[in-house]
Amino acid sequence: MLEQLSWKVGGQQGEGVESTGETFAVALNRQGYYVYSFRHFSSRIKGGHSNDKVRVSLKQYRAITDHTDVLLAFDQESIDLNVGEVREGGIVIADEKFNPKAPDHVRLFVVPLTKIAEECGSAIMKNMVSLGASACVLGLPINIFAEVVEERFRRKGQKIVDQNMLAIQRGFEYVKELGGALPEFALKPADGTRRLFMMGNDAIALGAVAAGARVMPAYPITPASDVMESLIRKFPKVGGVVVQTEDEIAAINMAIGAAYGGARAMTATSGPGLSLMMEAIGLAGMTETPVVIVDTQRGGPSTGLPTKQEQSDLLAALFGTHGEIPKIVLNPATTEECFYMMGDAFNLAEKYQCPVIVMTDLQLSLSKQTTEPLDLSKVQIDRGYLASEADLLPAPQTEEFKRYKVTESGISPRVFPGTKGGIHKVTGVEHLESGRPNETSRNRKIQMEKRMRKLRGVEIPNSVVRTGDADADVVIIGIGSNVGAIAEAAERLRSEGLKVGHAHVHAILPFPKHQLEAAIGSAKKVLVVENNATGQLRHLMSFFGVQHESVDSLLKYDGGPFLPSEIYQHVKGMF
Amino acid sequence: MTLDLKAYENGNRPTWCPGCGDYAVLKVIQRALLELGIAPEDVVLVSGIGCSGKISHYFGGYGVHTTHGRVLPVAQGIAAARPDIAVIAAGGDGDGYGIGVGHLVHAVRRNLPLTYVVMDNGVYGNTKGQTSPTSPTGYRSSTSPHGNADEPVHPLRLAWSAGATFIGQGFSGDIRHLVELLKQAVSHPGFALVNVFSPCVVFNKTHDYAFYRRSVFYQETPARSSAELIQLLETHPFPLGVLWRTDRPAAARLETGPADAVPSDCMRRWLRGTLG
Repeated sequence: MLEQLSWKVGGQQGEGVESTGETFAVALNRQGYYVYSFRHFSSRIKGGHSNDKVRVSLKQYRAITDHTDVLLAFDQESIDLNVGEVREGGIVIADEKFNPKAPDHVRLFVVPLTKIAEECGSAIMKNMVSLGASACVLGLPINIFAEVVEERFRRKGQKIVDQNMLAIQRGFEYVKELGGALPEFALKPADGTRRLFMMGNDAIALGAVAAGARVMPAYPITPASDVMESLIRKFPKVGGVVVQTEDEIAAINMAIGAAYGGARAMTATSGPGLSLMMEAIGLAGMTETPVVIVDTQRGGPSTGLPTKQEQSDLLAALFGTHGEIPKIVLNPATTEECFYMMGDAFNLAEKYQCPVIVMTDLQLSLSKQTTEPLDLSKVQIDRGYLASEADLLPAPQTEEFKRYKVTESGISPRVFPGTKGGIHKVTGVEHLESGRPNETSRNRKIQMEKRMRKLRGVEIPNSVVRTGDADADVVIIGIGSNVGAIAEAAERLRSEGLKVGHAHVHAILPFPKHQLEAAIGSAKKVLVVENNATGQLRHLMSFFGVQHESVDSLLKYDGGPFLPSEIYQHVKGMF
Repeated sequence: MTLDLKAYENGNRPTWCPGCGDYAVLKVIQRALLELGIAPEDVVLVSGIGCSGKISHYFGGYGVHTTHGRVLPVAQGIAAARPDIAVIAAGGDGDGYGIGVGHLVHAVRRNLPLTYVVMDNGVYGNTKGQTSPTSPTGYRSSTSPHGNADEPVHPLRLAWSAGATFIGQGFSGDIRHLVELLKQAVSHPGFALVNVFSPCVVFNKTHDYAFYRRSVFYQETPARSSAELIQLLETHPFPLGVLWRTDRPAAARLETGPADAVPSDCMRRWLRGTLG
């Protein structure tokens, strides 16, 4: 029996590929399996090939596999484009309607998906027929779909629910008669543990609510829109508000206004939006306004690859704004981290009174994955240095409150409008402690140094997480959603007796120089794995002075996520 | 404690040129707030970039000086987060009708309660007199040496077509009129645009105080219909007063206020909802 398998459904965008994959994934997640899914799609609503690959396993993997065990095809194109990755002896289930052809290395089951669906009530239920067919091959009982089907179609009435279940059953029976109940494809039963199942963007939205964020101005963009769409439903329930803005410039400036007003405010975007926000991020830095920007990276530059994986905004996030400001950049790698790091992001933004960018990538933002329980008690709200009664000026206020008071830590007391004795000025112009503009050399130095002092010498704890052999010969350094592929590759290499370590970077600003150096230790070789063409993380390492005589890059910028085998092969060649 | 005008000043002397129309606008904002009884700590004056953008530095309440053209997004952020605070946005015609004009259209549509005062002098004064979005056709400057070929922006018509609920126009040369106008704008429960003819006495030699005194027309009551408004603007290029006023719901604002928020029961429900 199998402890893990990869299942893929392909068809034209808009013909139910996503819902088929979702139903399959949710049903298996509820059985207690670990599920990791990845959607391949294009920037169009109808038409064009799309597919949904779902990995099911008894232990957690956060990467898609190189191969596919079972391919479900709604058209010939789906076979042609994907059959190459179906393993020797793997299964292709295809609709009889298009007279499917498949190469000899796979076993093809031709099922009249559309015809059976029509007999059950409607052709659109062909995805249900295909789920039944899949269940038969994998040795799964069809009742695992009952709960999901019931939830999905309950509103349409019992008849529709029954028809869909019938379609699943008929698909199952049809494949069974073809001899499709294959013991070698049967999945080992899972323990039935109920776990969360969500994508990174869901976790970011939930994390934002838990962190006390209550204002989100944003502009829709792939792959960030889900964060906004999720918060539009959630914020009103907790008194918060989402404003759909005219552009990303408005979004970030509005967030700055709301944060100045005292709310925890955020926005979410992708590369093109991040570029537009740069001037305002400088304003947030200069005015010491805590604001959180989520950047869900996609393929750049320009419009680039809007629906594809990339990690090419690292340098932009660090250096995109003109002038110099203190700033924090966090890089979650899993859904759980997306949730908790939103709490960290707001706390750090308010502690250091600066903008915080939380960077995900398309794979992390959109891949639905089994998620361990999220512990709300771990999310503590710390609003940083707020002016106390004693700090405020007596009435009548004859001078400005020193909002930018020079302190040893560089952190000054914050006060919100509406506070008596706290009136001060805020400006993007260089200013005095009172916020009044002042361009003298002396004051410039004092205030610039005050701002930069806030993060001087700071490294955020656990910016680098080191796993694997302590005395590794090769240390693989990665960031973002590549965590799963690297971990899996490292595990395979270690099982072959090779000494491999994995250092994953969870914050790139302040750059964790010392943590990275410790993670590299005495390794002979270092490999930096990242989804971009120029090795941005590797450049940052040398920029910030992480020295090593043998640093190599493994880069991927074709729009696809790393496969464990690609990393495995490369590292193997380093020994 | 009774309020006086001093409470709205901060002793910071404006660096505007002698005779600049913006002095009057600052004074008008201070007086209007005093007469409305809104305490200085309960107001945020948000300003843009340019001569007019400096206004927030001379004001005795809270003040935010933003980047060029972004007055309205920042002001709306404050308005969305703080329904208890009076928000006045202020800037020039370059700031509001040039680089920031896109935000104007959407701020009007959104209708969040705030007052937007545009000090319209038809020139980029702070960068030494270049042609601005409201410079008339034919206007000569260093950036239009052969005369401005472009049609000027018509801010009132633009705001009206975007669905404005309050459009007013004033003149720095008539402070009493402008105070009354601003009081109505600040009291308006939605977005209020107040365009103010605020002469640049150094660079704009055509649209000076004398020109406006000759040209303005006092409109006593707001237009009762769109047709009436358009006709008014056709007949009188420089009408003063509240010219347009309607009711429409404002966009949603923060309900809780900026309090520390804790994970609620909703949160637990949402987490259950992602049990796959």
